[in-house]
Amino acid sequence: MTDTTRTTKTTTMTMTQKILAAHCNRDSVAAGELILCDLDRVLGNDITAPVAIEEFRRMNTSVFDAQRISLVMDHFAPNKDIKSAANCKLCRDFATEQGIEGFYDGGEMGIEHALLPELGLVTAGDVVIGADSHTCTYGALGAFSTGVGSTDMAAAMAIGKAWFKVPQAIKVELHGTLQPWVSGKDVILTLIGMIGVDGALYQSLEFSGPGVAALTISDRLCICNMAIEAGAKNGIFVVDDATRVYLQEHGAKPPRINAADEGAEYARSITIDLSSIQPTVAFPHLPSNTCTLDQIEVGERIHLDQSFIGSCTNGRLEDLIIAAEILKGRKVAKGVRTIVIPATPTVYLQALRMGLLEIFIEAGALVSAPTCGPCLGGHMGILAAGERAVATSNRNFVGRMGHVDSEVYLASPAVAAASAVTGYITHPATLAQQVEGEAGAR
Amino acid sequence: MSKVLKYGNNVDTDVIIPARYLNITDVKELAMHAMEDIDSDFHHKLALGDIIVAGKNFGCGSSREHAPLVLRESGVSLVIAESFARIFYRNAINIGLAIIECPEASSQIQAGDELEVEYQQGIIKNVTQGTEYQFTAFPEFLTKIIENQGLISLITKGGLQ
Repeated sequence: MTDTTRTTKTTTMTMTQKILAAHCNRDSVAAGELILCDLDRVLGNDITAPVAIEEFRRMNTSVFDAQRISLVMDHFAPNKDIKSAANCKLCRDFATEQGIEGFYDGGEMGIEHALLPELGLVTAGDVVIGADSHTCTYGALGAFSTGVGSTDMAAAMAIGKAWFKVPQAIKVELHGTLQPWVSGKDVILTLIGMIGVDGALYQSLEFSGPGVAALTISDRLCICNMAIEAGAKNGIFVVDDATRVYLQEHGAKPPRINAADEGAEYARSITIDLSSIQPTVAFPHLPSNTCTLDQIEVGERIHLDQSFIGSCTNGRLEDLIIAAEILKGRKVAKGVRTIVIPATPTVYLQALRMGLLEIFIEAGALVSAPTCGPCLGGHMGILAAGERAVATSNRNFVGRMGHVDSEVYLASPAVAAASAVTGYITHPATLAQQVEGEAGAR
Repeated sequence: MSKVLKYGNNVDTDVIIPARYLNITDVKELAMHAMEDIDSDFHHKLALGDIIVAGKNFGCGSSREHAPLVLRESGVSLVIAESFARIFYRNAINIGLAIIECPEASSQIQAGDELEVEYQQGIIKNVTQGTEYQFTAFPEFLTKIIENQGLISLITKGGLQ
């Protein structure tokens, strides 16, 4: 199915376009074409799947392939109230009825976008849709993955296909290496600050260049996770040795490599020198409202009521290790509720075995079982009117984490941990110095 | 004729329908909370068939289909914006909420203006200001989804394969 007829044999393609072409049995596709693609995986959660299941029922059919559907009860689970429990039950009953083994609840549940890569359910070259906007996370592994709504999910569960408009791409070429205390979160916040919350609207963000090798898979997952915050359809990284090792270690299917063609056309190109990236914070109420920590004037203290370290953006083991490094032997400031949420049961267990949870608890932080919880103002850390939080999550819209008059500052785990200690937004590198200085002044 | 309610840029799905209500599955009940974090007066101002006109990137953020659903349920007949976030765009088409991308209309139409829309001709008539704006019709495939009352109906009729 195409909107226009083209002979495109010689067309050069981006990574995304190549994956899409391979999934609609075409030699090539071009930006702007409407295509119907085969799907490798369809995902839904406890908020979006109930609506999808209701739509699915109207088709009087069974799922296209029970093995390729994942239902993750992560948003309002562990069930926060009776209505949420009913929604999870509806999904559980549907999974049982349709023979969907990939139903994750209770102790098997992790935040969907941390869980699926960890379980090896996504590989390079896949096309994945999820009824959750942060489905774009898996581009870190060289897949095309994008968020859709519940009706698209329902249709996909029935026919194993989805329609797409082939996107143009923005080429983001990375050079250099990150400085200490700087992570993938700072890279993506910097990029969103540069291009705006609609800077990549309807487009792919394709990451390549020699700097990719300097980024961990965790950094790449974080970067692709927030592609949607620039309006992008998907974010995608080139596949390298680190990707191959990750996929193999997690038991994923062998990767299908889709390198961009020489001479592929891009809507624009952006070059980022990773060594120039500073710890960055997005002020309320847009992820693009960014400011580097060295731009916040000395003496301008953004005082906090809460620090949240977790979410599909920054709830992986690497994130908790950085936070623990900062919180070890320190106490969080009185009055700053510090909430640490490992994203998956495996991350939780690893953090436990490594002694990270002990460090958090001794520092005065609260550690919870995996859930999306506070990120979307669901539960486990809602803000009151007038309260302010630093959060490692992905959105700081009005009312996102609670009351319409609360504020969210987005930052990396390092910044969130350092800020929890001082009680105001703080550069991790200056933490020790500041604490010493204040002690001396008393 | 339909009256306009006007909003700015980047109206996100968290203000269209806050996540704290997403445990509610009854759309009628859910719709009572539509837009409350951006406009507590929304339901008082809105009459059945009214039109939302907004700036760029309308519907950014979450993939929640509850967002276009509560607008439709509240009685919004059409959303005109300079641009739409892509998931909101496809969700609106998939559930049959009319949307039009038209930068000129987005910038010139004022709150309270009365509009008439001729979808076939691709014309928005601003009766209050006595002006007209042209918009590009949807591609054929999307028109097919809309004309079949959404994606699910189209699939049921075997029209997608």
